[in-house]
Amino acid sequence: MTLLKVTDLTVTLATSSGSAQAVRNLSFEIGSGEILGIAGESGSGKTMTALSILGLLPYKGKAEGSIYFDGREILTSSKKEYRNIRGKEIAMIFQDPMTSLHPMLTIQTQLTEHLRHHRKVSKDSARQSALELLSIVKIPDPAAALSAHPNQFSGGMRQRIAIAMALACEPKLLIADEPTTALDVTVQAGILKLLHQLRSERNLSIMVITHDLGVLSSLTDRIMIMYAGSEAESGKTSDLLLHPRHPYTEGLISALPGFAKEGKVLTSIRGVPPELGNFPSGCAFHKRCSYAQASCSSEIPTAIQISDSHRIYCPINPLTENSVR
Amino acid sequence: MSDLKVARKGMVKNSNSIWRQPLAIFGIAIVGMWIILAVFAPWIAPYDPYSQEFDKFVPPSAAHWMGTDELNRDVLSRVIYGARISLPYALLLVILSALIGSTIGAISGYFGGKVDSVIMRITDIFFAFPGIILAMAVAAALGPEIRNAVIAVTIVAWPVYARLVRSLILNAKQNDYVTASSLLGSSSLRTLLVDLRPNISGPVFVLAALEVGTALLLLSGLSFLGLGAQPPSAEWGAMVSMGAVNFDRWWVGLFPGLAILTAVLAFNFIGDTLRDALDPRTAKALRD
Amino acid sequence: MNEILTLKDVVIDYTRKGEKVRAVAGVDLTLRSGEILGLVGESGCGKSTLGKAMVGILKPTTGEITFDGEKVKKLTRGQRPKHFRNLQMIFQDPYGSLNPRRKIGVQVIDGLLVGGMKKSLALDEAGELLGKVGLPEDSVDRFPHQFSGGQRQRIAIARALAASATVLIADEPISALDTSSQAQVANLLVNLVQEFEMGMVFISHDLSIVRRISDRVAVMYLGKIVEIGTTDQIWENPSHPYTQALISAIPHADGTSFMPSDLPGDVPNPMNPPSGCRFHPRCPLVLPECSTNEPEFITLSDSRKVSCFLQKDGKPPVSITL
Repeated sequence: MTLLKVTDLTVTLATSSGSAQAVRNLSFEIGSGEILGIAGESGSGKTMTALSILGLLPYKGKAEGSIYFDGREILTSSKKEYRNIRGKEIAMIFQDPMTSLHPMLTIQTQLTEHLRHHRKVSKDSARQSALELLSIVKIPDPAAALSAHPNQFSGGMRQRIAIAMALACEPKLLIADEPTTALDVTVQAGILKLLHQLRSERNLSIMVITHDLGVLSSLTDRIMIMYAGSEAESGKTSDLLLHPRHPYTEGLISALPGFAKEGKVLTSIRGVPPELGNFPSGCAFHKRCSYAQASCSSEIPTAIQISDSHRIYCPINPLTENSVR
Repeated sequence: MSDLKVARKGMVKNSNSIWRQPLAIFGIAIVGMWIILAVFAPWIAPYDPYSQEFDKFVPPSAAHWMGTDELNRDVLSRVIYGARISLPYALLLVILSALIGSTIGAISGYFGGKVDSVIMRITDIFFAFPGIILAMAVAAALGPEIRNAVIAVTIVAWPVYARLVRSLILNAKQNDYVTASSLLGSSSLRTLLVDLRPNISGPVFVLAALEVGTALLLLSGLSFLGLGAQPPSAEWGAMVSMGAVNFDRWWVGLFPGLAILTAVLAFNFIGDTLRDALDPRTAKALRD
Repeated sequence: MNEILTLKDVVIDYTRKGEKVRAVAGVDLTLRSGEILGLVGESGCGKSTLGKAMVGILKPTTGEITFDGEKVKKLTRGQRPKHFRNLQMIFQDPYGSLNPRRKIGVQVIDGLLVGGMKKSLALDEAGELLGKVGLPEDSVDRFPHQFSGGQRQRIAIARALAASATVLIADEPISALDTSSQAQVANLLVNLVQEFEMGMVFISHDLSIVRRISDRVAVMYLGKIVEIGTTDQIWENPSHPYTQALISAIPHADGTSFMPSDLPGDVPNPMNPPSGCRFHPRCPLVLPECSTNEPEFITLSDSRKVSCFLQKDGKPPVSITL
């Protein structure tokens, strides 16, 4: 069952040098209980995509297209309507958990205030729910945690508390923007495990935004790779990582330190990702693509279905089933 | 998101220079005007500022745009000539206090420890006094003369530079490039002069621009109280003083007061714009 | 390949809010010329503190750090003795390691100028060195803000080369860079280490890159080194439970449903370390003696060093399965 359906999303931002498109005609879906990964380098538009779903675009930012959530169009929502959606139906956690947590208030205050804002519950009932939430995210000694402040916790614990807050009103969709990038590897493993559990136990849909292919491989069911505001490739995680069909995806995989078996040399895709407002014409990746042909600089790529669930946006489709690995 | 040059409310966009900002233009225009008036006073002023040949207390008229004062002198000419006293002395004062204050602040910040504590306690003592009171005390002790007024205000003004430079250095000291310099073999002194000085001059300059207004006010204030410029000097503060005494002759005090006001405002506008230009975030928005 | 940097029984304490914190609790380490030693560990393990002590920014509370035969002294107000100027550091933040108000040409040759070289001569060298790290020679007259993060790290590396560095302590040199720049700067470091026979300590939390470029790896936990060995030994047959936990926590980007293993619990507060073996409260293979005694740093038959009661001095490594 489709929970979120984004069609032809275009996000235009106002920059000091005029307006620029951060996201261009993007379309994707997330089903209930599905984990979708959105991957891309900086400037790919992945964060703006998330923010437009929540109505949190920066000053003078505009979103066009359609965002269909839980049976209704939400792109055209008013500020008031968005406030009801945010936190209640769609929640978000960030790379820095302190984005969601107030440094000066106790955990209890923050969790219960959040709960009581969206639902009319008594103080005691809210406190009880807060305790339950903390134990769901595996905070040791939840009762003691309630009277503590965020700075008394490690980074990993703070992220768990942020997740608890996000889950408080039982949202259907959780957007996680680089949730583990700032965490140590063992702590990251714990958060990934937790997110997996939450999906199974609550049928929670999760949209994970990250550039880390390892995290995507462990956590997601499907992946969409973004480049310069548009989709490059999307498909089931196993298909995409084992048999990538877009030159960009292939490049990202080859650049993994663990990829090549010998030698100390690390490879990377030549060049740098383009900046907002300065996207190359035609297929934005053509300047860095080792398969590029003359037409790639003028033709805007259209979708090529590799299989039912796997598609790429490339004018020439140069890779075959057996490349890379 | 940090690499987006997204629109900021309130900034004039698409200006390719900080100097296109409206306030700065206004400030520069006014300061420019006073400088021109000061330099070309003998040619621009209609009459001799010290000449007492006119009628007493003539209200503003065609012959005397700003009227005459209690000693039968043309106010307009005196206001114009006043720029020759107030501006140069204020600027001199600022340069002196900036140099003295910055050096003390640099020593305090870089060497830290006991040196820092002692210097900071001394600056605290200076900060404890309201500027004008301290200046009055020093000026009175030295004797009523414009030169002594400058010394007095310098003594009042240096601590603010010391504090600024000290905190800039404390901040800059933590940067890796300072450590890198040491690792390469640079001594403290060299690091101070070569690495840290370029990072200090900008903010000090901005502070100085903002302080010119204060210096001007303090100097005029002392003259107003009789402790600075002495009669028959055409100094603005002293003129306002006589204007206060002759309150019903409103033009005697108003025009020199306006002169002070415009000059101080102008320097403040310039200082504000410079400060915005130096702050990396707003500077980028201005530049793009 | 001689031992160019040695650490013996290094302990580093510092005071925070009046209380003593032991950031490094006794470390023995050697670095040889021409080798890249990866120093890994999670937040709070003390690797950055150790790196700073290696180069002289911090002074060890007890223990000895020797560079090329001489005991490393802490930086003072005066000039750093000439001999130690070959011991250089590459910092994590590319934006803080260069002075924003000075042209990069003069910054690169600061080491030469301090050594008495004439400016014009030194600037020629600057051009050459910048070329060596892959930047155009006319960069000499530009300012740091005109360069990207990756380019700034190269400039910092050129600066270390100008000081004829024989040992580089690289403290998370690529963590703040984007993926392409990470690869480029890492490759540059590897090439230079090889060309100039330098020794490099590569401090990083990115285990995949460490695995790729290091010859040997030292794993730190709560102020102590738990294991040192060659990269292959560490990865293919770890001999300490923490090392194994660390490696099992690394996600695989292979499209399989491999779920990295987490390590329950939190890193203990360094102000209050556990008794006995510092890792014992979280260790899946804990033995009774682990909570009362601290294991010694022993050498196994394959030359690697480890501190764990599961291993025996002089014997082959016992396999660790969690």
